[in-house]
Amino acid sequence: MKVAVITFPGSNCDYDLYKAAQQVGGDASFIWHRERGIEGYDAVLLPGGFSYGDYLRAGAIARMSPIMEDVISFANAGGPVLGICNGFQILCESGLLPGALMHNNSLKFESKDVLLRVERADTMFTADYKAGQILRIPIAHGEGNYEADKETLEALEAEGRVVFRYVNAAGETSANANPNGSWHNIAGITNRAGNVLGMMPHPERAMEELLGSTDGVALFTSMVASLQTS
Amino acid sequence: MIKPTAAPVPPRKGDPEITAEVVADHGLSPDEYERVQQIMGRTPTYTELGVFSAMWSEHCGYKNSKRLLRLLPTKAPWVIQGPGENAGVIDVGEGFALAFKIESHNHPSAVEPYQGAATGVGGILRDIFTMGARPVAVLDSLRFGDLDTGRVRYLFGGVVSGVGDYGNCVGIPNIGGEVQFDRGYEGNPIVNAMCLGLMKHEDLITASASGDGSPLMAVGARTGRDGIHGATFASEELSEDSDESSRPQVQVGDPFTEKLLLEASLELIASGAISGIQDMGAAGITSSGSEMAGRGGSGIEMEMTDVPIREEGMTPYEILLSESQERMLVVAKPGREDEVRQILEKWELEAAVIGRVTNDGMFRVLEEGQVVADIPALPLTEGCPTYEREGIESEEIVALRTMDLTEHLIPEGDLTKSFLLLLGSPNVASKQWIYHQYDTTVRTATAVRPGGDSGVIRIRGTRRAVAATTDCNGRFVYLEPRTGAMAAVAEAARNLVCVGALPTAITNNLNFGNPLKAHIYYQLREAVLGMRDACGAFETPVTGGNVSLFNETDGKAIYPTPVIGMVGVIDDVSKITRHAFQNAGDDIVLLGSNTGEFGGSEYLYVTAGLVAGQPPSVDLDGERALQQAVLKMNHEEVLNSAHDCSEGGLASALAECALGDGDAPFGVDVELDEDLRPVISLFGESQGRILVSASPDKTEQVLSLAARYEVPAMKIGTVTDADAGFSVKVRGGSVAASTADISEAYFTAIPKIMDAPAGSEA
Repeated sequence: MKVAVITFPGSNCDYDLYKAAQQVGGDASFIWHRERGIEGYDAVLLPGGFSYGDYLRAGAIARMSPIMEDVISFANAGGPVLGICNGFQILCESGLLPGALMHNNSLKFESKDVLLRVERADTMFTADYKAGQILRIPIAHGEGNYEADKETLEALEAEGRVVFRYVNAAGETSANANPNGSWHNIAGITNRAGNVLGMMPHPERAMEELLGSTDGVALFTSMVASLQTS
Repeated sequence: MIKPTAAPVPPRKGDPEITAEVVADHGLSPDEYERVQQIMGRTPTYTELGVFSAMWSEHCGYKNSKRLLRLLPTKAPWVIQGPGENAGVIDVGEGFALAFKIESHNHPSAVEPYQGAATGVGGILRDIFTMGARPVAVLDSLRFGDLDTGRVRYLFGGVVSGVGDYGNCVGIPNIGGEVQFDRGYEGNPIVNAMCLGLMKHEDLITASASGDGSPLMAVGARTGRDGIHGATFASEELSEDSDESSRPQVQVGDPFTEKLLLEASLELIASGAISGIQDMGAAGITSSGSEMAGRGGSGIEMEMTDVPIREEGMTPYEILLSESQERMLVVAKPGREDEVRQILEKWELEAAVIGRVTNDGMFRVLEEGQVVADIPALPLTEGCPTYEREGIESEEIVALRTMDLTEHLIPEGDLTKSFLLLLGSPNVASKQWIYHQYDTTVRTATAVRPGGDSGVIRIRGTRRAVAATTDCNGRFVYLEPRTGAMAAVAEAARNLVCVGALPTAITNNLNFGNPLKAHIYYQLREAVLGMRDACGAFETPVTGGNVSLFNETDGKAIYPTPVIGMVGVIDDVSKITRHAFQNAGDDIVLLGSNTGEFGGSEYLYVTAGLVAGQPPSVDLDGERALQQAVLKMNHEEVLNSAHDCSEGGLASALAECALGDGDAPFGVDVELDEDLRPVISLFGESQGRILVSASPDKTEQVLSLAARYEVPAMKIGTVTDADAGFSVKVRGGSVAASTADISEAYFTAIPKIMDAPAGSEA
């Protein structure tokens, strides 16, 4: 499986994502944002970080990078696209996913492990999880408060496009389990076709026991498996 | 090479005339100015005076500390680069080297906490990647006044955001540090940032300008008018009006540019197109240029009109002394300038040739071809006068140290109440409020995050890891500088062995008051001597660091605070131990013994508002034995946890082990019988003690290994389920509380103060 990790100026989780893809057998390459052409790749990963320093608004400048036109075409053709943290913000800014990521309601950067509940285990990104499974995965962001207009939010829920939610140890979507104020404790969503996933938590940082969790591994193995069977 | 002499330089049009007042404004004493005239063989120009002022400031010239710093041990077989470069470098095995250094940004943070702290992080990152190492971790050592004033909360909040935002954006995990709140830091917060970088041995590059004719290039951000004379500002006392008038001397950081500059610099070094690189940090182009020339034994010549600038009309004086951030001075190999430009262009940054390396030993500056400064480089960098002063201990401090504490050793209410008060003191309480604002896991290498005894970063592709900690209890140093400095080194070493790391080397940050005062110079000298003894005993040489003097406001100095940044090496990441208890039923063993001193304790500060008494003594041989014993236990894999006893004493340390990060707390059932008053047993901060836990079938091994190293050890209790609560009994008293109560006190203390709604001003 050939995986493209797009590096924008200011991306800083590109290396972590590259190593995560490699760990599950992906043949990963970095693509600099000014390059064009992602033909021949099986999946595209948009890493976390601070593209363009988050100046203007997180993801707002990166979405105008030359490579994003190719990413949009790739996604529209059904290719799998995963955006994590700043990658999620770029996906929203570029219109591949609805809604926006506002400043955390604490108005502070929030960096810690959170618990996520897997809402859908039938997507190409989550098939190796069980629905309802609780994952322990780090977050690290200042703008992760997911918000959209009412119709969009209702549609997301109605269409079952919320893939991960912040929960407490009992698996409940309580307010104190929500690290940023996201509507309905949303941590990750897909597009309608299900081939574009954006999420604020960092599964690529939960790949090894030594670093605190292996709960991110199944996300990457799910992607690989879905591509091998498709 | 002929002896370099300054050519005559006519005064530049519009520059002020050199008068005694102008000289004094530049922070040079009459004697120092006389030395300048001797070196120059004439009166310096205004531009030249500015250059001397910056280079001979305490910040760059170390004039009051250099002679003392020479007393410190700096060598060991594993030291690759000692003091004098941008950062120290040690061998950490399997072909890897670790570059590390600590630096202060106290003065700028006192007037503009967010930018002051942010640029502090930016500067220390550059010191690391200019060695050829990739920054892999940051730590921050902070001191503030008590959190009960709005001003201190503003400083604390701003500094934490500044440290966080900068490191988060560049993508370097924060793995630890420390903070202390005490009125002794009211007017002068301390902001020290430490960075670690990893590289392969062959990637090491040093900052020297050699190669006659090699082009000098300015790369990265453009030069603006910010931070002019920051180095001189950082070498003065602050006063009430420093706040507004000094803001222009504070630089503004751009972590986004830093990230690009980091990647570009590492790529430049890997390309082989350059022979030297240095951050334009304190004193900007002046220090980077003259230091590179001084080290390389050559000279440099720079044309100011070729320096990319942000605004029109900047004078050579301003360009030379600007401390605009995110800039580098690079020596390209002749003919490879275009390669340098291409790499910078890829990272969307600028590179401009601004001069060349010469062989005449001069630091020469031109403006449109006209010489405006012509200074012999070596005397400029090395000729700064150094002073050894008389140090006398302050009578006031002697009185504090010898104060009779007896009346304070009898608790007013019950011990449990005092204990909860202590746990809820910001000095003991959880620091999650701080490090939850720092990205701690980016780069996927953080094996131990902040909150533990030391941060740990694994080295990918090996079984190895590096560990780091920063430590210093300024109260102890204040009360008895030599003992306090030894305690700082000892605590750092204990924190490393608690995670299973062999203490290897230190970088230090000497934060003191005005050394021209005899009682401050006494503190500085004594602290250096204490550090020398401890570093010698633990075989942890000093590979560099930073000196920040003149930390005074309106004549009142901070506590002397020689922060120790110590690094260690772990051979096998699978053996890392953590501070939190792991299983109910495990035995708790106390290694080391309580020597009974109670001076400078958090208990005295919280209950009586006192910083007084005899601080804990330090037995270097005993400490060394303790470290070796714990490392041996770690290697033999008999420990389930290990934690240093420090602020708040044994009871607080037990609570920290029981609570961990709050996710899976345990209870504690401990009983110990020491021939001491109960407050001393429970809350004394005696050095040389480590709390470990072990599965009951390993306890015998723990005790016998301790005995082999002649370390006192006793089983003092067991880890219980959280429901069983927290119970510690000592001779003549006890504390008992529910896990929920200690958790509440410990975890909510700082958030309650900092996240209180605006307007609820104390």
